[in-house]
Amino acid sequence: MANPNAAGSNVAGPNAAGMTRRERYEAQKRRRGMVVAAISTLFVVVALVVLVPMTPGWEKVQKSFFNGAVLAKSFPKLLEAFKINIMIFAWSAPAIAILGLLIALARDVKSPALFPLKIFGAVFTDVFRGVPVILTVYLIGFGIPGLGLPRPWNSPYIWGSLALILTYSAYVAEIFRSGIDSVHHSQRSAALSLGLSERQVMRDVVLPQAIRNVVPSQMNMLIALQKDVSLLSFIGPVEIFRQAGVFKSLLANFTPYVGAALIFLIVTIPATRYADYLMARQSRERR
Amino acid sequence: MAKLELRGVVKRFGQVTVCDGISLDVEKGQTVCLIGASGAGKSTLLRCINLLEPIEDGEIFLDGEDISVPGLDPQGVRARIGMVFQSYNLFPHMTALENVMLAPRRVHGKSRAQLLPEIEALFQSFDLGDRMHNYPDQLSGGQQQRVAIVRALAMHPEVILFDEITSALDPQLVGEVLDVLLKLKKQGMTMILATHEMGFARQAADKVCFLKDGQIIEEGAPKELFDAPKRAETKTFLARALK
Repeated sequence: MANPNAAGSNVAGPNAAGMTRRERYEAQKRRRGMVVAAISTLFVVVALVVLVPMTPGWEKVQKSFFNGAVLAKSFPKLLEAFKINIMIFAWSAPAIAILGLLIALARDVKSPALFPLKIFGAVFTDVFRGVPVILTVYLIGFGIPGLGLPRPWNSPYIWGSLALILTYSAYVAEIFRSGIDSVHHSQRSAALSLGLSERQVMRDVVLPQAIRNVVPSQMNMLIALQKDVSLLSFIGPVEIFRQAGVFKSLLANFTPYVGAALIFLIVTIPATRYADYLMARQSRERR
Repeated sequence: MAKLELRGVVKRFGQVTVCDGISLDVEKGQTVCLIGASGAGKSTLLRCINLLEPIEDGEIFLDGEDISVPGLDPQGVRARIGMVFQSYNLFPHMTALENVMLAPRRVHGKSRAQLLPEIEALFQSFDLGDRMHNYPDQLSGGQQQRVAIVRALAMHPEVILFDEITSALDPQLVGEVLDVLLKLKKQGMTMILATHEMGFARQAADKVCFLKDGQIIEEGAPKELFDAPKRAETKTFLARALK
């Protein structure tokens, strides 16, 4: 009646398809999961596509936010303006990395002679983390050129970038500091026991590990910076957000803003994915 | 004059006295084993000798020179006293070779090229010749610990402190590390070990000290201490440890 061979293969060994009992179960579970996910996604999409156009204002919104003709007309100019965002980002980011690291190190100094530096570091991070970015941009971007500096020193590019650099350095410094704290103290012990000085231990042993540990977090700061460059539009530079505003007034249509958002997403989504990938890899390594 | 001399060393962490007046002489070329339960103060004593922990009272002499003077720059002393840790503490972002070269380059100001022949020979002699360019996480525990020993040796220390260096190793890897210690002993290295390896202590030590509650309760040649302990605490500890 019962075939002993068949029974045996059912219990433990691979079956005809070369799968174990566990693998078959997992495969079935996976298939069922995918079907459920597909159905629920389809349901949500259909609901959106059907329901949203049924709202009373949909036609107006579609015309003023999703207007293909306006998008085609404004998109090249928006891309052009985005170059200014990239430019400001490109010179601010390295300055932020350097200043942030210096502030982080300043807050860790032990020598009494350098105590003022330590105080400065603490005050700096408190102040610039405590004030909204837009306020810093206004105060520095309008205030310093107000001193009547000659060209090019009254440029909003310079002072706006400085405002971003100061604000972001404060955050980046705190991340570096948490990175320094994350290096196990036994690493310090080992380095000191070899006769290295405190400064050498920091430079050769602690910092390289600390910086590596915080790369994913700093990636997130870069993404945030990329977006906040737009705040400089409030003090003058015609970057993408300002350019979209110009088109909005010109064409009496909000689609250029959607276009600007799309351009941001083209840059930030890959960057965000990459940061997530780095973080996932790091947590795998820690395990 | 002893190579290393401890006189009434006291170390406190807040209210807790971890080393409670420890005196010990270590002669040049001697191997001294510190045994005792966890928390007896063995590791802390080693950290004090290397000036990783400042001591509250007492003196430590290296070649007759007081190295425990408050305010003394510890760097010069640490360059003369090597230390190897239980958890290896290799620098994970450097290859084995870079780990070993870092201190001689920075402290003695030598170049990589100057160091390479000697350090290569060191790696060879500890069976690590083909592991020089591996990162620590590509090495087994025993290999990592041997690299850590090579790293200490590259500084030409006069004394090496070993802090339970086999405790984190699989039993089959303990042997390869203990062999390294025997080799160093043969070369005349002065060594102090905090250890739970009673068999090794009996075989290799010139002197064994039993610590309890931050004090040396009993010390002597391994034969006396293991075969005929005088103090009741020592007997109890050994009965448990050798079970």
